[in-house]
Amino acid sequence: MKSFVFRKKAMNILMIGLTGLCTLMTGAILFFFLGYLVSRGASSLNWAFFTKLPAPVGEIGGGMANAIVGSGKVLLLATLIGVPIGFLGGVYLNEYAGATMAFVIRYATDLLNGVPSIVIGIVVYALVVHPMGHFSTFAGGVALGIMMIPISVRSTEEFLHAVPMSLREAAIALGASKWKAIVTVIIPAAIRGIVTGTMLDFARVAGETAPLLFTALGNQFWSPGWNHETATLPFVVYTYALSAYQDWHRQAWAAGFVLLMLVLGINVTARLILSRGSYRPSGGA
Amino acid sequence: MVTSTGMISMEITDPATRTREAPKASAGAVGPKLRVSGLNFYYGKKQALFDVDLDVPANRITGLIGPSGCGKSTFLRTLNRMYETVQHGRAEGRLELDGENLMELDAISVRRRVGMVFQKSNPFPKSIFDNVAFGLRVNGLARRGTLHEAVERSLRRAALWDEVKDLLHASAYKLSGGQQQRLCIARALAVDPEVLLLDEPCSALDPIATAKIEELLFDLKKQCTVVLVTHNMQQAARVADVTGFFLLGRLIEFNTTEVIFKTPARRETEDYITGRFG
Ligand SMILES: Nc1ncnc2c1ncn2[C@@H]1O[C@H](COP(=O)(O)OP(=O)(O)O)[C@@H](O)[C@H]1O
Ligand SMILES: [Mg+2]
Repeated sequence: MKSFVFRKKAMNILMIGLTGLCTLMTGAILFFFLGYLVSRGASSLNWAFFTKLPAPVGEIGGGMANAIVGSGKVLLLATLIGVPIGFLGGVYLNEYAGATMAFVIRYATDLLNGVPSIVIGIVVYALVVHPMGHFSTFAGGVALGIMMIPISVRSTEEFLHAVPMSLREAAIALGASKWKAIVTVIIPAAIRGIVTGTMLDFARVAGETAPLLFTALGNQFWSPGWNHETATLPFVVYTYALSAYQDWHRQAWAAGFVLLMLVLGINVTARLILSRGSYRPSGGA
Repeated sequence: MVTSTGMISMEITDPATRTREAPKASAGAVGPKLRVSGLNFYYGKKQALFDVDLDVPANRITGLIGPSGCGKSTFLRTLNRMYETVQHGRAEGRLELDGENLMELDAISVRRRVGMVFQKSNPFPKSIFDNVAFGLRVNGLARRGTLHEAVERSLRRAALWDEVKDLLHASAYKLSGGQQQRLCIARALAVDPEVLLLDEPCSALDPIATAKIEELLFDLKKQCTVVLVTHNMQQAARVADVTGFFLLGRLIEFNTTEVIFKTPARRETEDYITGRFG
């Protein structure tokens, strides 16, 4: 009896120890990454990084203003393409699609989500870059926009699905048509979750590099409009890190650091939004 | 044992009765607000209501009692066509609202005229004001300038105004359970329905909150017709003018509350009333 209790206790301590250790390691890896990037990248960060164009080969200094703007434009276009399609698709999937239709759409989005990003790059290259005859901000935006669709669809669907049936009934019983109930009650009740999902989706594609190799390519200079090849942060990390110049390595670290801070910032904000205002069922004060 | 507090005179042909249609029968007699005849209801293959005939008198509280699962909610949901939101739900028979065939009316206009309050209070995750204004807005009845008055009037009718007048723009979830349920009643009243259906509105509430709701139902019947489903027989005895007893999908007996509780005609009713049932 005593030994049994002892074994139970020992097992308990062992499990706490093991799981605790793994948790610690997860945290440690993250902080190691952060620390390493900060030590290599943040030290290379300066005002010029955000305001200047890259220096000509061989010269020291310069910045990545063009890549920052380029990433911004590509991501803006990706959001404008991916989010409306994903959002409306998610609404249709949850509210209108019949069982068979829902199964097909769900399956298709899951498959699309599983397509390696480099393959999406090739396809957009064949369908957009090749016919246009050159790389462009537009093509990069299309590639990342397509990558945003599946997660946008599924997260919209899930958050809409979590809205309780009783709220739908209340709206319908007050004389709201189905679409009015969706627009005035269901979507507002789910909106924080949907926004969070969209932000995480955005953060995920913000660091994508492979599809941009085939679509936006890169550029040492500003890229006016949407129709020219453009520098982007991930692409700059890739090319500068592989270069032979010390100063470019420094800049690659700085770009990596900025990218990480962007993604981390979006993630933290998204989780804050969700924890603050997700739908809470009633039950009195 | 069961008292019939609050019993009022029971002629269904009360001349004070207000209806929008001209009286059909002679000498002050009006038709019932809702007339149900030969109603059968099916969930897919499963039949939930069997051949129900019932006339809901205008400006009265009609109580519906019966054990759980006997079809009270199902019956209530046919009266505003809410059953149409249930997959494979199918109603057969005749339903009249003021003599009009309810099945041929536009479902949305039926639901505007026949409001509903649910068992579990279900305010929207919006402000108190926006909850009450919801029905007016979606029905295009919100007039600039009068919306605030309409919201105040509804909250007063639901006996909630004094408690919430200073927090109209606070979340509805800040309210207690009983207040939330009265908010749901105010929300249903805002579009000025002719009939109000309530499905066990007090089952999650304490006795004080329940008493408040019963009191307000009493006032409501001056202006509209009330159908109240309750699993609480004392509640039916206290507030209902007429009472129907359902069992296994059938309406066993329907009469004035006094008769149902004092001298029921059917053995099943008596067993249920006296608690000998199940
Ligand atoms: N959506 C549904 N699908 C299938 N059967 C249902 C559904 N809703 C209710 N029922 C069945 O119909 C019968 C009547 O239910 P209900 O009207 O909810 O009873 P009550 O409100 O009197 O408790 C029950 O046997 C119940 O299981
Ligand atoms: Mg019920």
